[in-house]
Amino acid sequence: MVEHIDLSQVNWARAQFALTAMYHWVFVPLTLGLSFLVAFFESIYVRTANEEWKRITKFWMTLFGINFAIGVATGIIMEFEFGTNWSNYSWMVGDIFGAPLAVEGIFAFFLEATFFAVMFFGWNRVSKGFHLFSTWMVAIGSNLSALWILVANGWMQYPVGMRFNPDTARFEMQNFWEVLFSPVAISKFTHATSSGFLLASLFVLGISSWYLLQERHQVMARRSIIVASVFGLLSSAYVAFTGDEAAYSVAQRQPMKLAAMEGLYDGRTSAPLIAAGLINAAKEPGDKQAPFAVELKIPGLLSLLANREAGSFVPGVNDLVFGNKEHNIIGAEERIEKGKIAVELLRTYKEARKAGDKDIANAALKAFGDYQDNLGYGYLNKPAEAVPPVGITFYAFHIMVITGTIFPLVFLFFLYFQAKGTLSYQSWLLSLGILCIPLGYIGQQAGWVLAEVGRQPWAIQGLLPVTVANSNLTTGTVQTTFFIFLALFTLLMIAEISIMLKQIKIGPEEN
Amino acid sequence: MLKRIILFYADGFRSMKTGRKLWTIIFIKLFIMFAILKLFFFPNYLETNFANDEERADHVFGNITKLPQNKKQRRL
Repeated sequence: MVEHIDLSQVNWARAQFALTAMYHWVFVPLTLGLSFLVAFFESIYVRTANEEWKRITKFWMTLFGINFAIGVATGIIMEFEFGTNWSNYSWMVGDIFGAPLAVEGIFAFFLEATFFAVMFFGWNRVSKGFHLFSTWMVAIGSNLSALWILVANGWMQYPVGMRFNPDTARFEMQNFWEVLFSPVAISKFTHATSSGFLLASLFVLGISSWYLLQERHQVMARRSIIVASVFGLLSSAYVAFTGDEAAYSVAQRQPMKLAAMEGLYDGRTSAPLIAAGLINAAKEPGDKQAPFAVELKIPGLLSLLANREAGSFVPGVNDLVFGNKEHNIIGAEERIEKGKIAVELLRTYKEARKAGDKDIANAALKAFGDYQDNLGYGYLNKPAEAVPPVGITFYAFHIMVITGTIFPLVFLFFLYFQAKGTLSYQSWLLSLGILCIPLGYIGQQAGWVLAEVGRQPWAIQGLLPVTVANSNLTTGTVQTTFFIFLALFTLLMIAEISIMLKQIKIGPEEN
Repeated sequence: MLKRIILFYADGFRSMKTGRKLWTIIFIKLFIMFAILKLFFFPNYLETNFANDEERADHVFGNITKLPQNKKQRRL
């Protein structure tokens, strides 16, 4: 089926969405984390009444403002794309996404119109206590605002609390709380926000390191480094904890994604974790080739992390494609057959409804209930199409984990040398601190590449592949808007970096 | 009360330094997004091509029950 679709159009639409989402995610994590760091700095100022802390607060608040201003509304572009490039998907999920996205919009508007204004305009105009309260509200509100979009994303990865209505061709919400408190949504929210805290800590650490290397604003830099290192260290632990929860959730609900993350083709008990490796790009499901050219394994760890049980079985790509009777795994091959029946039953239902034949319509609908969980598989042509790009998923996962492992060590080194009073002499560490800013962004982007590429081919897990979710447009139409966005985003990125660098060079005095 | 709130915002905007440049960028960005991109490049596919929800539902239903080779491509 898939070869008949203009794949390049789907892929351009996917590339455009990836470009927009990745660009949006340059700004969001810094906003999420820096808002809390600013709140910490201001809390210390209010508690100590030391004017240096006020200066520190105002400096980081300015950088927060620049990031927020350049990033604001970049997420709206994704909503444009839903309506134009992904109209089938957009129509089908409108009932589910409407509520969370509306809550987010209203929430963000009131938050920005009130507390943001007090935060930036309210110095010396409102009491210290109310100003601090506003800063905290911005931090809490920004993070809560991210909840709703992550709930929507979580639902796409694990669709719960809904039923499919064949009369409207829509997934309709049955239980709002089940959607909101879905374990995937919660682990997405906690992992994404905590990674934002980590990135912001690296950002403050890196810029402060640059000041120390330049021998400028040293008091501010040292104080900022202490707060950022403590927050970064705690955030690292939280990221590791939420990451473990997220991986467990993936193992239980998206086993194909987990298999791709680990390059695991043949499932096994006491499965090892691949700490690092070089994927064999020519490997296909079902063939006899080795999945890795080089690999470094930790015995039994994948089983423990995936199922919380050391000797447990972890299914591989081949088990999920071809099935594994011993472990009760239905393969994509069998699910495709069931999915085709589901599609056929839907068609029968619709035709019978149009013809006014209630008996056939009711019978088709009843039978559809038994097959609807496999609906999405009905659009796949062959079982291998249910496998995401293993190489990209594997490398994205490992880049994310490796960078996430380096950062807590960096924070510890900073705290150690700060406590010894020799931090300013550790130019190697200060340079590493600066390098951690781009590394932090790479880790962030890798996390989202893993989340989204790893769930391919699904727009909605198991129910709607991207090839059916898209609109019937020409490739040229999507290509044109892709390049417009590329140009616009590049300009905005240049603006962000140049304004940010200028402000950093000026330092805290002029803010 | 209302006057105080308006003055609060007006004074805040007036005393901005970096903020002015940022607001300029925000307005240009929003103009490009809504007055150019949304208007000329991102019409809502279903809103543009179908008259009512029934037709839209029929179209989507057709797409999810039809063989994909029958999907017609459109130029917006």
